[in-house]
Amino acid sequence: MTDAARYQDPEVIQRVLHTSRTVAIVGLSSNVLRASHFVGFYAARHGYRVIPVNPREKEILGTRSYPSLGDVEERVDIVDVFRAPAAVPAIAREAVAIGARALWLQFGVISPEGALTAAEAGLDVVMDRCLKIEHARYIGRMHVLGFDTGVISARRGTGQA
Amino acid sequence: MSYDHQPERAFGFHTRAVHAGARPEPGTGARAFPIYQTSSYVFEDPESAAAYFNLQEYGNTYSRIMNPTVASLEERLANLEGGIGAVAFASGLAAQSSALFTMLVPGDHIVASAALYGGTVTQLKHLARKLSVGLTFVDPDATANWRDAVREETRLLFAETIGNPGGNILDIEAVAAVAHDAGVPLMVDNTFATPYLCRPMEWGADIVVHSLTKFLGGHGTSIGGAVVDSGEFDWSNGKFSVVADPSPAYHGLAFHETFGNYGYLMKLRAETLRDLGGALGPQNAFLFMQGIETLPLRMERHVGNALAIGQWLSAREDVEAVRHPGLPGSPYAGLVARYLPKGAGAVFCFDLDGGREAGQEFIRGVQLFSHLANVGDAKSLIIHPASTTHRQLGDDELAAAGIGPGTIRLSIGIEDVEDLIWDLEGGFARIGREVA
Repeated sequence: MTDAARYQDPEVIQRVLHTSRTVAIVGLSSNVLRASHFVGFYAARHGYRVIPVNPREKEILGTRSYPSLGDVEERVDIVDVFRAPAAVPAIAREAVAIGARALWLQFGVISPEGALTAAEAGLDVVMDRCLKIEHARYIGRMHVLGFDTGVISARRGTGQA
Repeated sequence: MSYDHQPERAFGFHTRAVHAGARPEPGTGARAFPIYQTSSYVFEDPESAAAYFNLQEYGNTYSRIMNPTVASLEERLANLEGGIGAVAFASGLAAQSSALFTMLVPGDHIVASAALYGGTVTQLKHLARKLSVGLTFVDPDATANWRDAVREETRLLFAETIGNPGGNILDIEAVAAVAHDAGVPLMVDNTFATPYLCRPMEWGADIVVHSLTKFLGGHGTSIGGAVVDSGEFDWSNGKFSVVADPSPAYHGLAFHETFGNYGYLMKLRAETLRDLGGALGPQNAFLFMQGIETLPLRMERHVGNALAIGQWLSAREDVEAVRHPGLPGSPYAGLVARYLPKGAGAVFCFDLDGGREAGQEFIRGVQLFSHLANVGDAKSLIIHPASTTHRQLGDDELAAAGIGPGTIRLSIGIEDVEDLIWDLEGGFARIGREVA
């Protein structure tokens, strides 16, 4: 199985999105035009508790920003990473150490080593995918802007209009 | 728990033609996709409104920019072409001009096939003049022509899968390689093939444009167009600052950085469609959705009928040439086998001896073929270019456009092929030719 197939499994992605509540975003920017801010804003809007992890900021999106994952004082479900791939193995070890349930690596954050570290410790791992887009694909409203969700289903009642 | 998406299943084309983009709407459960006949949408609260306008959230604001029925069509088109998304427009030409407007700035240069549809050629010349964009037309049949025409300022290569009306078949993979060597996208008009016969993105095309008016809609009811993006082209390669740089229209938002490979489509919708208009209405989107449900069935019939009629015409001695790329001996036979194995479309020309007069009289002799200026209808269509669409041209100019004085263009429908042949015999009888 390729890394892409292993770490981009729609079943895993949907399980992580449906069963998580708290998302720690490592590398969340306070700049409202940056992709990480778009994702943090979106996740907060959709009911997730968003915990910024950025040593250069005190508060982002109205929430206290922590210098590192190890400093976070509450339970974390998803560790969502907007950092250079080289930083990922250490972040993956921290994610394991704090008992996170999933490691999510955003577009271009590709680290087979970090992914494997987390996967071997039993975490769900998603790599080179955007949390906002995947949420919008399966749960939210990506379809309202004409994007292909890839979802083929005649079932009623899922998703938001 | 089971989720909506069954990842182990790669659904087939017929299934996706019926289902893609049309999950039952959760509010009512309506099975046919509803026509959302509304100009605008009530916001949940001021924060939601702000999030929509800031593009921080996927939401409906105004039907010039998005509409649920239109979005359903867009998703279906993207799915069938293998793209990441699509934006629909009020016509094929609106789609094309908007695709260009989104990626070009004055001083850029386009290399385009000289065999493009006449309306496209006219549009390109007009746009190039107004936008100060350079334009070079090339004979699309030789890959070297494309390579030779590329300059430092070139930003796009543009051609049709199946040329109109000449039936030129594009060597998509080879021309895509020329484009990518130059760091620019290849845009392909796939109107004549439809994604059922050919999916240009599978061969390297980056953007596909359509006139939905033709085979996709399939019934000649509505005018519409669409742009589909593969999401594969790297707009941040330094040649497309207009796509990659911060946008003054969105407080400095850099579409490509923020939305990744969705950036071009976001910009196409949120800036170009918003600013230039040209939005498709929901009624027409619904009719296109209905049409696409039967696209694969109709195309099988269209191409089968067209090939049979092409063969029948070829066997007649009073027909000088039949320019159907799927016929044995066609110069495009190799490309057809590669890119269009299910069939080379259903629009083609044949040349009557006897010039303009014979062409015009032939038209008078048919009764099932509709004499009109469109293609891709379930009904068979016929036109004599020299006396209609190209009547201002002299014989020399006609020849340069690949049209003879006795050229007849057919768009073959889904009627009984025996009836269509009977009808064409009426045309031959009218000009005093022998009926088999």
